[in-house]
Amino acid sequence: MLEKTFTITADTGLHARPATQLVHKASQFSSEIEMEAKGKKVNLKSIMGVMSLGVGKGGEIKILISGNDEEEAMNAITATIHEGLGES
Amino acid sequence: MSSVITGIAASNGIAIAKAFVYEEVSLEITENSTEGAEVEKANFERATKTSKQELEALKTKTEEQQGKENAEIFAAHLLVLEDPELVGAVHTKIDADNATAAHALNETAAMFISMFESMDNDYMRERAADIKDVSQRVLRHLLGVKSASLADLDQETIVIAKDLTPSDTAQLNKEFALGFATDIGGRTSHSAIMARSLEIPAVVGLTNVTTDVHDGDVLIVDGINGEVIVNPDEGTVEQYKEKRAAFLDEQEKRKRLINEPSVSKDGKTVELAANIGSVKDLDGVLNNGAEGVGLYRTEFLYMERDQLPTEEEQFDAYKAVVEKLDGKPVVIRTLDIGGDKELPYLDLPSELNPFLGFRAIRLCLENEALFRTQLRALVRASAYGNLKVMFPMVATLEEFRAAKAFIVEEQEKLRAEGISFDESMEVGIMVEIPSTAVIAKQFAKEVDFFSIGTNDLIQYTLAADRMSEKVSYLYQPYHPAILQLVKNVIDASHAEGKWTGMCGEMAGEKTAVPLLLGLGLDEFSMSASSVLQAREQLLGLDSKECEVLAAQALTCTTQEEVAALVNEAIR
Repeated sequence: MLEKTFTITADTGLHARPATQLVHKASQFSSEIEMEAKGKKVNLKSIMGVMSLGVGKGGEIKILISGNDEEEAMNAITATIHEGLGES
Repeated sequence: MSSVITGIAASNGIAIAKAFVYEEVSLEITENSTEGAEVEKANFERATKTSKQELEALKTKTEEQQGKENAEIFAAHLLVLEDPELVGAVHTKIDADNATAAHALNETAAMFISMFESMDNDYMRERAADIKDVSQRVLRHLLGVKSASLADLDQETIVIAKDLTPSDTAQLNKEFALGFATDIGGRTSHSAIMARSLEIPAVVGLTNVTTDVHDGDVLIVDGINGEVIVNPDEGTVEQYKEKRAAFLDEQEKRKRLINEPSVSKDGKTVELAANIGSVKDLDGVLNNGAEGVGLYRTEFLYMERDQLPTEEEQFDAYKAVVEKLDGKPVVIRTLDIGGDKELPYLDLPSELNPFLGFRAIRLCLENEALFRTQLRALVRASAYGNLKVMFPMVATLEEFRAAKAFIVEEQEKLRAEGISFDESMEVGIMVEIPSTAVIAKQFAKEVDFFSIGTNDLIQYTLAADRMSEKVSYLYQPYHPAILQLVKNVIDASHAEGKWTGMCGEMAGEKTAVPLLLGLGLDEFSMSASSVLQAREQLLGLDSKECEVLAAQALTCTTQEEVAALVNEAIR
């Protein structure tokens, strides 16, 4: 089980486009991937789950991954977030 | 029994076809399964698969016909269908409640929809509509109900709807949607503008057309007179077929004017340009022989999305337009947002009086980063054609000076970076606010050109909200005060060797053309579909006679007198 916390810096927060990128990325891995924000936990492979949290700029998110490819998954998701969405 | 319904003529032409009433079908859903969970799950999977194939096809088709941006909505729909939360919840309901697939999906979708609808963010609330749309599609397949999507039309049809939104019109296929008629809307509503740019006949503002007309009724849409005839008798159909033929014939004749110059009987040349909202409107511009773009509304680059467009995205869009126009002038208006046009992701404060509030240039000068990004993209694109920049809603010279200074600074930065641009790019303003029209003489020394935006100029001058029915009679394009302001602006520009255009709906109107020619207007920018009609009219006008007519009109006391005078003269 891996965990990592990020702060969203994108002006629009986790709206459709950035949320879509994250969901696409997460769906490439077999591990269970979850995102925690505002005290709620959602499946990172679910676009509606991610968007329903409505994370805005400055919001904190925690990514939790467990499974056989958890390390690759965490690296890939970290890279996606660092590409303009947020920072660790 | 045939009947005639009268509305507002939104787009010229006549269409005759069967009606298709575009509305949500009410679906009858059985709650409890009689076939067992495994069958329901298999049904769900099959319906989802068919829906995905449809969406893939729609996405490809839209991408090809209208560009990537318009196709993104379908990519979003696909993601919703693939959502494990949605699929998981549907399966759980089927197992736990012995629910049919349709019931399980309907309940699950309703839960997500209400969740999104309750969010305190417009953007998220709009996503509820996406979920609704896509779940309706799957439900229709589950229940074997015929699809009600506009993109799926496969026979000649007249579309009847309450209103058509941008995502509806993005799906309209001109081949089968021969015309449309709507309950609400006016000449300047989105649906009307789209009809003119697609060049299909349309009547809007019919109030009850969705209840008066039923699927399969034969309809005549007369977009010239603003009438819809329901179930006409044979004689009427024949009569309208002739009218339609005459209209098309006339249009064909006009097509011969595509490559002709815009010149009056006595040899005075003006520029007839078109208004556009995006690069996909350009085919209409070129097919109708416009000599340039007099107004490129950049708002659409910022709308229907969840974040600001980047400099590169904007640069690509502007470059595509100027390149396609191949040296013809393209006047690009900087972001005119605020007031009634909102951008959810900017989180603008709502105001009591938005038309007099924080919008357009006022908002841009305050949001410097947003503004500079656009200006830099514009300056860079100027290297690829004849690009001119214009600022909307300028009320004071200070505003123009501040905005112009940003452009000069961006030009200096680009020069330092070795990026080329058009050093002599013209920078002008929209004249929509009476204060600016009144001191046009002072403005003319500093701006490169004026473009008169009549819609706003009229409503600000007569202090009448054109959306308010009770005062809409005060929306008077031919009020002598408006003509006086127009004259003032044109004269001021000519005194400084500059030029004046007009980019409101008025520029293409039959009554306006002789007056504007007489007042000395240099550029007339209108819907692309009005250009050839204006050129034909121009060919028959004498500019000297029009000068006399305009001078007379300026002495009239009311709009009615002006209209009577002009109509008498052009008869």
